[in-house]
Amino acid sequence: MKFSLVVHSSPISQQSAATAFRFAKTALEAGHEIFRVFYYGDGVLVANSQIAPPQDEINLPEMWQALAKQYDIDLVVCIAAAVKRGVLDDNEAKRYEKDAANLAAGFELSGLGQLAEAIALSDRVITFGA
Amino acid sequence: MTLHLLNKSPQSMSLYSNMLASLSDNDSILLIEDGAYGALSAHNKIFKSLPDTVSLFVLRADTEARGLSERVSALFEVIDDNQFVELTCQNVKVVSWY
Amino acid sequence: MSDKKSILIINQSAPYGSNKARESLDVALTCAIFEMPVSLLFIGDGVLQLLNGQQPEALQTKKHEAMLTALPMYDIDCLYVTSSDLKQHGLQSEDLAVPVKIVEQKQIASLIQQHDTVLTY
Repeated sequence: MKFSLVVHSSPISQQSAATAFRFAKTALEAGHEIFRVFYYGDGVLVANSQIAPPQDEINLPEMWQALAKQYDIDLVVCIAAAVKRGVLDDNEAKRYEKDAANLAAGFELSGLGQLAEAIALSDRVITFGA
Repeated sequence: MTLHLLNKSPQSMSLYSNMLASLSDNDSILLIEDGAYGALSAHNKIFKSLPDTVSLFVLRADTEARGLSERVSALFEVIDDNQFVELTCQNVKVVSWY
Repeated sequence: MSDKKSILIINQSAPYGSNKARESLDVALTCAIFEMPVSLLFIGDGVLQLLNGQQPEALQTKKHEAMLTALPMYDIDCLYVTSSDLKQHGLQSEDLAVPVKIVEQKQIASLIQQHDTVLTY
């Protein structure tokens, strides 16, 4: 089965962001494919490389990075939602004349068209909402 | 066949109402996160008018975390993460209520 | 994209208090641009998005009503509202900013069945 996930929830304040990760990991280990994870709304905060959770809390950015590396998953962050929340890649940091880019490695900023494509090309689309 | 995922406690009654109004025969409901509280026996009345063909599930990680292991209503089957993935395969689409 | 999956977007959120209503329309417009058939269903507080007479100037935010009236330009013509949710808020079709199809609550299940993918906001 080819899945795509849509994550709306903040990795800091909502359990749903962690549920999405558990679902992805479980599905991959069972032999399914995750075509794309699309982060939208506060979900985009997961791609902020400056997130530094306390030692005894999970680090969702690192967990997604490791999973994406192991299984070659597309981690796409909605560019409009990300830029207004201060998650910027090099291009956007230059465009908006900000001090630095902070998009975590393994994540990519792109438009909502990537969500439309994921819907078109996946067998199941599962939303994890805040 | 649709899987309905719901992640809020019954305090969000209108969310439950919207989900219940959207069910077809042979659909499944899976309560996750704070939705797990909806599987307490005290809330059986929410689900009592559903046809027998609608299956009710609750996610084990969420019941265990919340102290619900011994408190889940008999209306519900407790499932693990692997069965969660299987349910999303068995149903043709998934609707999230959040 | 060869695969034209039909999409039903279920809206349960009122406008302005959160950005869910706005996010929903952004997704709807994008999918429509990709020529995917999109239907919108408004239930619960979602019906409040449709009210006419919205004047959000003091909030310095985009007028939701204006975004809704633009939907036909993107070939999004199927807007559904349940009569019971309109009634719950004391509203009638004259209160709505755009033409909608008023359906009975029991038709929601059929709408879900008729579409390939369902998103909720």
